[in-house]
Amino acid sequence: MKLTVTTHEGYAAVRPVGRLTASGAPRLKQEVQKLIESGQPRIVVDLAETEFIDSSGLGALIGGLKAARVAEGDLRLASATEPVKSVLKLTSLDRVLKDYPTAEAAFGNE
Amino acid sequence: MSRRLILIRILAVLVVLLGVNYITWRWLESINWEAWWIAVPLIVAETYSLIDTILFSTTMWRAKEREGPKSEPQGTVDVFIATYNEPVEMVMETARAAKRIAYPHETWILDDGDRAEMAAAARSAGLGYITRTADWQDKPRHAKAGNLNNALFETEGEFLLILDADQIPDPLILHRTLGYFADDPQVALVQTPQWFINVNEADPLGSQAPLFYGPIQQGKDGWNAAFFCGSNAVLRRESLMQLGIVGYVRDVEDSTQRTLRAAEKLLGREARRNQSVPELHLELRELRQEVTRARADISQAEPIAEVTYRLRAKIDAASRRLVDNDLATMADDLAAIESLPIQRDAELGTLVVNDVALDALATRELSPLGAVKSVAALLDALRVDRPEEAQPIQPLATISVTEDMATAMQLHGMGWRSVYHHEVLARGLAPEDLQTMLKQRLRWAQGTMQVFLRDNPLAKKGLSGGQRLMYFGTMWSYLSGFAALVYLAAPIIYLTLGILPVTAWSVDFFARFIPYFLMNQLLFLVVARGIRTWRGQQYSLALFPVWIKACTSSFANVVFKKPLSFVVTRKDGRSAEGLPLREVWPQLTAIVLLVIAFVIGIVRVLVGAGDGTGTLVNTVWVGYDLAALSIIVQAIFYKGPAAYAEEPKGVT
Repeated sequence: MKLTVTTHEGYAAVRPVGRLTASGAPRLKQEVQKLIESGQPRIVVDLAETEFIDSSGLGALIGGLKAARVAEGDLRLASATEPVKSVLKLTSLDRVLKDYPTAEAAFGNE
Repeated sequence: MSRRLILIRILAVLVVLLGVNYITWRWLESINWEAWWIAVPLIVAETYSLIDTILFSTTMWRAKEREGPKSEPQGTVDVFIATYNEPVEMVMETARAAKRIAYPHETWILDDGDRAEMAAAARSAGLGYITRTADWQDKPRHAKAGNLNNALFETEGEFLLILDADQIPDPLILHRTLGYFADDPQVALVQTPQWFINVNEADPLGSQAPLFYGPIQQGKDGWNAAFFCGSNAVLRRESLMQLGIVGYVRDVEDSTQRTLRAAEKLLGREARRNQSVPELHLELRELRQEVTRARADISQAEPIAEVTYRLRAKIDAASRRLVDNDLATMADDLAAIESLPIQRDAELGTLVVNDVALDALATRELSPLGAVKSVAALLDALRVDRPEEAQPIQPLATISVTEDMATAMQLHGMGWRSVYHHEVLARGLAPEDLQTMLKQRLRWAQGTMQVFLRDNPLAKKGLSGGQRLMYFGTMWSYLSGFAALVYLAAPIIYLTLGILPVTAWSVDFFARFIPYFLMNQLLFLVVARGIRTWRGQQYSLALFPVWIKACTSSFANVVFKKPLSFVVTRKDGRSAEGLPLREVWPQLTAIVLLVIAFVIGIVRVLVGAGDGTGTLVNTVWVGYDLAALSIIVQAIFYKGPAAYAEEPKGVT
C-alpha cells in the first residue's frame, strides 16, 4: 500500500493506494497522528484508489477518528470504491461514518 | 457415521426416554408432600440432573473426530505469550520453545506486569516484547483480554497463536493447525487441548480434563461450537478485528442514543426551570429541539458521526453564547453590588473577571451556567470515541473475566466457525495446591456465569439452535452446586430423622430409577472410551461451594455491579504454609454430617426404628457422597509433584 498526503484549504487529505490491511494500518494511523500534531485535525481519508480494506484498516480509521475528535477536528471518508463500501456495510461501520462523494465535499459545507 | 457414534446415539435416546419416564413418575406419583421442604428440593434437583443429561446427550449426538486439515499451512503468524506475574524464567522457557516453532512466525511476550527484567530477557533472546501503551493509563485494563487487545494493534500477522506463560508449544503446532483456516475461510478459531505435565497418574487436584479436551469438545465441534479456551489456540486476526468493529459500532449506537435521550430530558428541565430568564429559556429550548432532531436523524439511518459532529458544533456555539451572556449578566449584577470576583481595571476602565471564582459559581448546582456545563459534559460522550475506554476497538470480549468463552460465542454469533483439533500440541503446568486450584475453578465458573447473565446464548442473535444448547449446556452445568446441596442433605435427613422425600422406596421406584441410572452410567462409559472420568465426577460434586459462590457472586456482579476480584492463577508450585482447611470447611462439614448420619441410620435399624430398604438405599447414597467428597481430603494433603519427586526411593 502507498500513502500520499496532501494539504488543502481547511483540510488535509490522506490517500491510501492499494490494499489497506493489517500491514498498512499502522502507517495510516501514524500519518493521521502526524497531521494532528502539526495542527491539522480536519482530515479526509480519500479511498478512491483503495482496492480493499480489512477490519484492521477500519480499525485504523476509527483510531484516527478518535484522535481527530479529541483534537477538536474530524476524520471523514470520501470516494469509497465498491469493495470498500461492501466492507463498511458488512461491519455496519456505515452507521457511524459517512462516505462523501469527493474529498472536496467532505468538509465542503463548513 | 462410525459404529461408535451409532451406539452413542442409541444409548442417548434410551437414557433420555428412561429419564423422562422416571422424572415424570416422580413428579406425578411419588413426591412425599408431607415433607415438601425436602421432597420438592429433591425432585427439582433430580429434574435439573435430567436436563443436564439431555444436554450432555445432545452434545455427544454429533461428536466430530477430525483427521487434520487438508490444506498446507499458510499465512503470516504472530505467537503471543501472555504473562502477568509468572517467573521470568518460566516465561522464557515457553518463549524459547515458541521461537523454535517450525513454521515461520514472530514471537512476542505480552508482559502485563511491565517488568524491566522481562523486557531485558526478551530482548537478549531476540523476541518481541509488548506492554500496554500510554492509552491505557487510568482506563479499565480488562485483564488478559486487554493485554491481547493491546498487542493486536502492535502486530500484523494474519493468524495469532495464543499461549499462556506456562504452555510449552510443540515445534509442529502451527503446521498441524494452520491448514484449517485455508480449508474454510470462515474458520476463526482452532483450539487444541490443554495438557499438564506436572500432574501424576492420581491427579489429586483433578487438573487434567480428558473428558472436556476430548469427547465434549468434539461434541461441541459437531455443532460448530468448539469452545475457545484461552490458550493453545490459533485465531484469525480478521475475525477478531471484525468483532471489534461491530462491537464498536453497537456501542456507539447505544451510547449515542442514551446520551441524546438524557440530554433531551436535561435541556427540557432546564428550559422549564429558567422560564423567568427569557434569553436562556429560548436558547435551551432551541438546543432541545436540535437534540430531538439529531435523534430523528439517527433513527433515519444518517451516519452517527455526522449527526453528532453537527450537534456538537451547535451546542458549543450555544453554550459559548450562553456563557458570554451569563457572564455579562452576572458580572453586571456582581459589579452592581460591588462584590468580588469582579473588579474594574483602573487604567482600562473595563471589568476584570476573576475566572477561578466564577468557575466556582458556575459549578454551583442551581446556576444556569451549571446547566449548560453539564450538558456540555454529557455531550463529550458524543465524541464517538468511547472516551471511557483505552481502545475504541476491543476485539476480545471484555464482558467476562473469562474472555475466551465470551469471544468465541460472539464469533459464532457473527457466523464464523471454530475447530477443535484433538492432538496435544502444548504442555503446561497445572496449579499445584488446593487453594490455587480452587481460585482457578472459581474464576472459570464466574466467567461462565457472567456470560450467561450478560449475553445469554439462548437469546443471542446469530447463533444456531445447536450452538445455543452447547453454550447453555456448559452454563447449566455450573448450577450443579445447588443440586449437590440437596443430594447431600436428603440422605442425612432420612437416616437421622426418618423423613422420606419420596412416598416409598418401593418396587415402583427401583423399576424406574435403576434402568435410568445404569443407562446413564453406560452412556458415560462409552463416551469416555477408557478415559478415567472418576476424578472429574468427584470434583463436580465436591466443589459444590465453589459453584454456588460463582453463581451468587456473578449475579451480584452483573445485577448489582459488585466487583469480582480477578485472580490470576499461580502455576509455579509455591504454596502457602499450613493446611488449607478454611477454604473447604463446607465439604469437611458435609463429610462429618454424612458419617454421623450413617452411624445413626445403622443404629436406628438395629433398634428397630428404621426401615431396612430405606436405610440400605440411603447408606449406599451416603457412601457415594463420601467417596466423592474424599477427594477433598486427599487434595488438602497434596504437596504438588515436587514433594513426591524429592522422596528418596526405597524408603517406606
